[in-house]
Amino acid sequence: MNTNNYYPQAQEFQKELNSRYRVASIWQSLFLFALLIAVLSLTALMYNVIDGAFGYIAYEYKNDPSEFTSTPVNELTQEELLTILQSNLSSGAYKKLNNEQAMQTRSQADLLNLFLERLVQVDTKQTWTMTESIFQREKILQETASNYPEARIEFRSWLTPQFLVSPMSSRAEFAGVRTAVLGSLWLVGIAIAFALPIGTGAAIYLQEYAPKNWFTSLIQININNLAGVPSIVYGMLGLAVFVRLLEPLTSGSMFGISDANGRTILSAGLTMGILVLPLIIINAQEAIKAVPDSLRQASFGVGATRWQTVWHHVLPNALPGILTGSILALSRALGETAPLIVVGASTFISVDPDGPFSKFTALPIQIYQWTTRAQSEFHAIAASGIVVLLVLLLTLNATAILLRNQFQRKY
Amino acid sequence: MENNNNHYSIETKDLCILYGGFTAVRNVNIKVEKQKITAIIGPSGCGKSTLLRAFNRMNDFVPNSYVTGEIFLHGQNLYSKQVDPVEARRKIGMVFQKPNPFPKSIYENIAWGARINGFKGKMDELVEQSLRSAALWDEVKDKLHQSAYALSGGQQQRLCIARTIAIQPEIILMDEPASALDPISTLRIEDLMQELKKNYTIIIVTHNMQQAARVSDYTAMMMIDDNRSGGVIEFDETKKIFTRPSDKRTEDYVTGRFG
Repeated sequence: MNTNNYYPQAQEFQKELNSRYRVASIWQSLFLFALLIAVLSLTALMYNVIDGAFGYIAYEYKNDPSEFTSTPVNELTQEELLTILQSNLSSGAYKKLNNEQAMQTRSQADLLNLFLERLVQVDTKQTWTMTESIFQREKILQETASNYPEARIEFRSWLTPQFLVSPMSSRAEFAGVRTAVLGSLWLVGIAIAFALPIGTGAAIYLQEYAPKNWFTSLIQININNLAGVPSIVYGMLGLAVFVRLLEPLTSGSMFGISDANGRTILSAGLTMGILVLPLIIINAQEAIKAVPDSLRQASFGVGATRWQTVWHHVLPNALPGILTGSILALSRALGETAPLIVVGASTFISVDPDGPFSKFTALPIQIYQWTTRAQSEFHAIAASGIVVLLVLLLTLNATAILLRNQFQRKY
Repeated sequence: MENNNNHYSIETKDLCILYGGFTAVRNVNIKVEKQKITAIIGPSGCGKSTLLRAFNRMNDFVPNSYVTGEIFLHGQNLYSKQVDPVEARRKIGMVFQKPNPFPKSIYENIAWGARINGFKGKMDELVEQSLRSAALWDEVKDKLHQSAYALSGGQQQRLCIARTIAIQPEIILMDEPASALDPISTLRIEDLMQELKKNYTIIIVTHNMQQAARVSDYTAMMMIDDNRSGGVIEFDETKKIFTRPSDKRTEDYVTGRFG
């Protein structure tokens, strides 16, 4: 035997083993470090959002509440507020409000907001972040006392139930995300309703029927690339095709709706649908690929046709995976902003979308719009809007995961 | 049966199976007798499974595969234009190497194949009858609506046999049906095959020469040639193959000197 070929023994082996362990532990700590950075950046993101959504606010009343009532503001009942509003608002303004929603049916919180907005006329002077509010409380109080001697100061959560159900307003204190949330839900709904059946169908054809040749490979490569195309490009496509070319359809004029143009929720939803289509196709293909071939053979073996095999075995088994793919698609559609701007989302709109042909706004648009405003209170509601968007995202994902588990448990 | 004096179930004539340009199986000429068990043996990679899958057109799903020559089923070429592969697969059932029940209940595993083939009659009876024929009824009669995946490997394989019987085929192809099972389950499958051959023609691919010797009436010995194409080098009664083989290579293989 050649003595040059040997394995290290005893001491020598121990030495090499130690160096192997050393290398291993270096890599392990690198991976841990990577994880820490990831966790840190996520925490920073969450903190940054939360930080903006709560904090001290200094405000002045243009008209003192005592001019309208002797009861302290916080103890006003619905009836009292109604009487105050009725007697102090101009009859035109009152009628207008009543037309939007009958005054008697409005909640106490809603009426209180109207009272503060229209009669007392709250004027926000300055806002502070949560961190500042906690650690620099004294300084804030002093500043406020010297700069705005008239001002009241209170710790305010910008994220309130009122914020969720109020429509857009030009005053940050009274603005809410209701219109934007409804718009986003409509958008995602239309996008999924359009893209899920078409995407799944395309994936089934590609995986189960299409012959493997250069042409299908070309299609496959294109689909993969389309998934990476910047979303603004899809916005341009949506503008050209849905807003302009198919205006009779998307504006609803085909169905007798006359006062709309093509910049509707339907155009935007379809644009989003096309945007997520490649994602859905790719994910559905992966899910279909993961169905074991033995199952297909078992099905063919008992005399099933291709279609019966796909419908009874491949699809039910791929469904959890297809749903997972649609979760990803849904999250993407919910967060996209750029294509909506191109397709023509309204930046200020206070009426709820009531159908596919209405004008619309969406949460990311609303948030973007608020962050571009100069007043700091708008930044605070932008932060609250982000929290709402994140919660919405998590809720939708959780629903999809529950749905997926439901399908998986069948066997 | 259309042809009463023909006691052969399947006959092949110069059958070649090709993948792209490569001939995987070359010039097979065998006659499979009705209601007998025919075993196909040979070393790994000699095309046993490929040949078996040609008998119910399972190879149709392999891209670029095609056959030349003919396979006759009742005098009709299985690969002629008039024969529909789906119909052929109903007449020629298949049991696979790894048990592959559907991810459904035991009952549904049998009922599904029957239903898609337009079975008319009492489904409960068919399920019971099929499970009895596969010697599985007593073990599962109380849990018909539980998942088939809860069964043991051997039970699953017998369920797959029951599923095949339920669509009333003429021929049952078995691709190493016991290779993933323990010896006791294997014995049960072998006993079952002896029962089944009263009504069905069975063709079995096996790695296990003892198994071929125990269960089969006829044996086809396959071997790879210099072009790496498989072919049947000897086809005869099992007794003869294992005692007085005419080909030297068969003798080497069955006596364990090779393979």
